Amino acid sequence: MAMVIALVVIVVASVVFHFASPWWFTPLASNWEQLDDTILITLVITGAVFVAVNLFVAVAILRFRHREGHRAAFEPENRRLEGRLTLLTTVGIVAMLAPGLYVYSEMIGPPADATGVEVLGQQWQWRFRFPGADGRLGRTDTRFVALDNPFGVNPDDPAGRDDVLVDSPELHLPLGRPVLLLLRSRDVLHDFFVPQFRAKMDLVPGLVSRFWFTPTRAGRFEVLCAELCGLAHYNMRGLVVVEDEAAFRTWLAAQPTFVAAGGEGR
Amino acid sequence: MSEHDAHGEPRSFWTKYVWSQDHKVIAIQYSLTAIAVGLVALVLSNLMRLQLGFPGAFPFIDPARYYQFVTMHGMIMVIYLLTALFLGGFGNYLIPLMVGARDMVFPYLNMLSFWMYLLAVLVLMAGFFVPGGPTGAGWTLYPPQAILPGTPGTEWGIVLMLVSLLIFIVAATMGGLNYVTTVLQARTRGMTLLRLPLTVWGIFVASILALFAFPALFVSGVMMLFDKLLGTSFFMPAIVSMGQPLKHAGGSPVLFQHLFWFFGHPEVYIVALPAFGIISDLISTHARKNIFGYRMMVWAIVAIGGLSFVVWAHHMYVSGMNPYFGYFFATTTLVIAVPTAIKVYNWVLTLWRGDIHLRVPMLFAIGFISTFAIGGLTGLFLGNVSVDIPLSDTYFVVAHFHMVMGVSPVLAIFGGIYHWYPKLTGRLLDERLGKLHFWVTFLGTYAIYMPMHYLGFLGMPRRYYAYEGYEFIPASAQDLNAFITVAALVVGVTQLVFLFNLAWSLRHGRPAGPNPWGATTLEWQTPDTPPRHGNWGETLPEVHRWAYDYSVPGAARDFIPQNVPQSAAPAGDDAPPADRHAGEGHA
Repeated sequence: MAMVIALVVIVVASVVFHFASPWWFTPLASNWEQLDDTILITLVITGAVFVAVNLFVAVAILRFRHREGHRAAFEPENRRLEGRLTLLTTVGIVAMLAPGLYVYSEMIGPPADATGVEVLGQQWQWRFRFPGADGRLGRTDTRFVALDNPFGVNPDDPAGRDDVLVDSPELHLPLGRPVLLLLRSRDVLHDFFVPQFRAKMDLVPGLVSRFWFTPTRAGRFEVLCAELCGLAHYNMRGLVVVEDEAAFRTWLAAQPTFVAAGGEGR
Repeated sequence: MSEHDAHGEPRSFWTKYVWSQDHKVIAIQYSLTAIAVGLVALVLSNLMRLQLGFPGAFPFIDPARYYQFVTMHGMIMVIYLLTALFLGGFGNYLIPLMVGARDMVFPYLNMLSFWMYLLAVLVLMAGFFVPGGPTGAGWTLYPPQAILPGTPGTEWGIVLMLVSLLIFIVAATMGGLNYVTTVLQARTRGMTLLRLPLTVWGIFVASILALFAFPALFVSGVMMLFDKLLGTSFFMPAIVSMGQPLKHAGGSPVLFQHLFWFFGHPEVYIVALPAFGIISDLISTHARKNIFGYRMMVWAIVAIGGLSFVVWAHHMYVSGMNPYFGYFFATTTLVIAVPTAIKVYNWVLTLWRGDIHLRVPMLFAIGFISTFAIGGLTGLFLGNVSVDIPLSDTYFVVAHFHMVMGVSPVLAIFGGIYHWYPKLTGRLLDERLGKLHFWVTFLGTYAIYMPMHYLGFLGMPRRYYAYEGYEFIPASAQDLNAFITVAALVVGVTQLVFLFNLAWSLRHGRPAGPNPWGATTLEWQTPDTPPRHGNWGETLPEVHRWAYDYSVPGAARDFIPQNVPQSAAPAGDDAPPADRHAGEGHA
């Protein structure tokens, strides 16, 4: 009997906790509403199965717990029942997978007009780089990395001369314009994560990874590192400031270019 | 070997209990070692929880130690406790007894397997005593971080960890070859593959997975050792570490992740499949009802085992791998949910119209169904590539894998120990202590992990030493973390009740008799309890029926053991051909 009560209590407590919990997704600040919808679909389907399985077990125990003289049924198989359950499961799986893959295809297909912005990680700080007027980021290589060239921009690449360098962990982005983040790491794995934007991606030394989103809400959003990167992993903080186009332009104009930052002297 | 008599039975203390080649003794050696090292992992987890629940209150838990505790806890639990206990412990004890063999087919190799395992454990534990301490790279040991400054234990710890893993894999390979060969070659007369108890099926397929999956970990371990010690660049691209350019170039950190998870995902099923099998047999026995859909259960185990090799990159959706892989791995991962769901349906349908005895092993089995269900269902979030992206590397992942791969297999282990302890010792474990142990562990783990899912929804990243000063995290999250820590400490301390029960019942437990649960499988039909060396006395048992003849209509009792002939009266003693055990002796 205790088991029946326990299972019912687990189900009821889980449902109550779900609706009463003050801990929930941060308010969305990007274009990925569809992703939040898919999570909700998944939560409803899986939640229903969780409740059903636990309650079924509770009812089974209540009805078929041992009593003197009682004997179990003998039923090795029931092909029809097994077939139906398999079909039902498959339908549930498709109901989650189809929207999931659809949203994914959106997430890995950045719009052609997305602004490319580089995110550079190292233990334990963030830096950012915007392309200059030419719209192209200059090539980089670790052999060019020095105190006055933390990005390792190739000084011989003309595309890099007008790159705008943000030598601080604070990134400003214009409201409502799609942005494609190009992620690089100088040392170990990191992961650029802003909970309000939902999307995230690892920074991997030796390659450039990417993801895109459109900021849809002005404000200041914390950047976290979400891939264990050593002792100060928990403290690798950054900030994204989403603001209107004019404020963004002003901020960007105040950042030095590669040449102005002294990288050219090498 | 000179002390062996005609049946190969060892006589001296050393050959009987230390350098033993008897699968039952080796099983106990494996189990006790695994439980001992598991206690270390339990203490480490409680230390981690102390820091998370009450940050800064315990100054000796600094960031370096915290990450070392995280790493060692994870690796010990996955490899040195769960894998070792399911395969080396349950596999060793149950395979020969359940298939009707006198021992494993390679007893000497079996002995070596245990001693290699013990060596692996000792090398791993040595990490706590070397300069710099054990590695703090996380149990996934991702390079480049695992071997670069900025991570604890890059001096000695990572080397000991990798060497220990290599030794463990040698041990697991020797064991795995034995388990697979024994199941294939040493089944007694009449024991067809489709008459095997599901416990054997689970361990058998898990052993095959281990033989295919561990080599990927082995080579990645060797390659990382080369990167660390010889300066090769398998996983190391050009790097500027702490301002210093390194001499590495051209390697790929993502390659390591592919190799690691090619091992790592089947590893989940190396742990899960034996648990599935044990739970099936516990439920059937204690519900006095045949397992529902036995053939479907076997095929589900085989299908899950096969599919487990093509889902690995669902651990890597945000790793920077080619994004088009996401479609493939999301699809395969959600497909694997179908056979897994079938297993859950068949467990709960076995309960339906049963005669359910809520003894302690059955309580743990039901606890397993509940915790496995929630852990499996949350896997549908993380396997579905887009849904995974916001949740990966948050507390949602921690809650998911602890429910599905920590709590539920551990409940299966406890259920199995309460179930088979009477066969090992001839005595029952104390029921009241067992119930106390069950209720605190079962409800306590829900209290620990259910709220964690919601911290993950919030976006709290895992593997954080502290969360101070993050504005998106409300202050109430810290209160919740304190609550979780208290629950974890209570569950941790309660495991002492289990240990006490194990020791106390050895002498004071109620005598069990040969078959206290009225079970059908062969291990309960041995002439002696505990079974003697060689298991079956003069003649091997002969099998006449499947493992699930419970409550057969018309039968006098509610179970018919596998070795009872179809025609015979239920109590009839069959006489298998005497020549069967010729050639069954030991090396």
